[in-house]
Amino acid sequence: MIYDLVVVGGGPAGVAGALTAALAGLRVALADSSARLGGQYFRHVADPEPAPGLDRFLRQARALEARADVLPRHQVWNISREPDGDLLVRCENHTGEPVTLRTRRLLIATGAHDRPLPFPGWDLPGVLTAGGAQALLKGNGVVAGRRIVVSGTGPFLLPVATGLAGAGARVLGVFEANGGLGLARHPLMALGKAAEAAGYAAGLARHRVPYHTRQAVIAAHGEHEVEAVTLARLDKAWNVLATRVVECDTVAAGYGFVPQIELGTQLGCGTRHDVDGSPVLVVDAEQRTTVPGVWAAGEPTGVGGWRLSELEGRIAGRSMTGPVPEILARRRERWRAFGAALQRAYPVQPGWQGWLRDDTLVCRCEEVPLARVRQARRLGATDARSIKLLARPGMGWCQGRICGYAVSCLAGELPQPPRRPIAQPVTLGALASLDASLNEGTL
Amino acid sequence: MTFHITIDGRPVPVAPGQTIGAALHAAGVRSWRSTRFGGRPRGLFCGIGVCFDCLISVNGRAPERACLTEAEPGDEVTTS
Repeated sequence: MIYDLVVVGGGPAGVAGALTAALAGLRVALADSSARLGGQYFRHVADPEPAPGLDRFLRQARALEARADVLPRHQVWNISREPDGDLLVRCENHTGEPVTLRTRRLLIATGAHDRPLPFPGWDLPGVLTAGGAQALLKGNGVVAGRRIVVSGTGPFLLPVATGLAGAGARVLGVFEANGGLGLARHPLMALGKAAEAAGYAAGLARHRVPYHTRQAVIAAHGEHEVEAVTLARLDKAWNVLATRVVECDTVAAGYGFVPQIELGTQLGCGTRHDVDGSPVLVVDAEQRTTVPGVWAAGEPTGVGGWRLSELEGRIAGRSMTGPVPEILARRRERWRAFGAALQRAYPVQPGWQGWLRDDTLVCRCEEVPLARVRQARRLGATDARSIKLLARPGMGWCQGRICGYAVSCLAGELPQPPRRPIAQPVTLGALASLDASLNEGTL
Repeated sequence: MTFHITIDGRPVPVAPGQTIGAALHAAGVRSWRSTRFGGRPRGLFCGIGVCFDCLISVNGRAPERACLTEAEPGDEVTTS
């Protein structure tokens, strides 16, 4: 069986792209690591509460399931090109069995993950990424804690805080490191999203959640789990002006997003640095990457929210069988401008490096403290890759997904595109099966 | 509806569809492994399968990500 299109990622971009292509008559398969379609934004429990955007997404997902092979709980770990031009998409299903899909075309719709920043105590249990707290709530119906501090930068902190408060947690505040203007002058207002901003403001007010700008969690304290945090007032560059300690049992922290582009870089797709410095895949007006037969949509081409992702998915799907309607392209430009404006409004400022102590872990996997990163610099490592080779940050299980951004900042360079020939940890058995699958071609 | 898994023999309630990590976290079990060098406690962090902090052994299998592994009735997990 040779597919016309394999889509990797079951969020708004992947589902829209797969459905559009399937409706145009292509044989489509979609692989996603989760048990249910939705990605991060439309993550949901088995029987979700109705919500406007979610209802629409679920209709698309149901339509897709009737027209394409949807493969949940499939982790894609490698994609390569066959001599005849077909692509082999190698996955592992939830029982650990290898599954290989052969396809003419590929759509990379792998989304993004949280971009955390290290701070003293950030590895204590109870400190979660903002997206982690959101995933617990939306995907599992579990409220991350009782007394929660939400901290970081960007508009994503608002739905996280309102969601937690609405589910019964005491949210002690949203601590936004940027933006000295407060909710009434939130950039969402200036960007024509007044209704959305007002909705969050009303949600926070209803649950008496204060919104503080130029403040952030700069340390977490506790023996076995987080018991308190140090909150700081910050200047514009995020240097600490004053601190106070607040008791809490949970921290949800996030400083933007890291687009997941390693499947693209495995295939040699061209990359560029987005407004916030993140490496993203280069795409043309029809969402084609620089590699023939490979499209990308959603966060891997630049972070801009679910509406942009869905549009890019639709455009990719349309372009595979015909011309793309002008109206879609115009709407995409509007949402791209919106995404870029948000990235400019919520930069990561360098002052966070001053929150770290010598013993603060920069890399959680390999337990590399700041002192060892600094030592590597003194030994002559002037870029993130040399620091990694000398001090091992990014060498562990997560392969630098969590610490990569911070290490780049500490090295004084922009984050570089990932070089990961294997996108997910796989068994040696799966690796050994590479030979067999190359010979057999497909599943 | 609700079923149980055990952690080191202790029962933990699970709502259908929950991951092992979510069920443990909801039950107040917030760490289930120690790091290799510092012996630091670890549990959920990214919650979406990226960070690998939440690795756990289920029914004696090799460690997997608790945040991605849906709990099945009778699953036995062990701390390490």
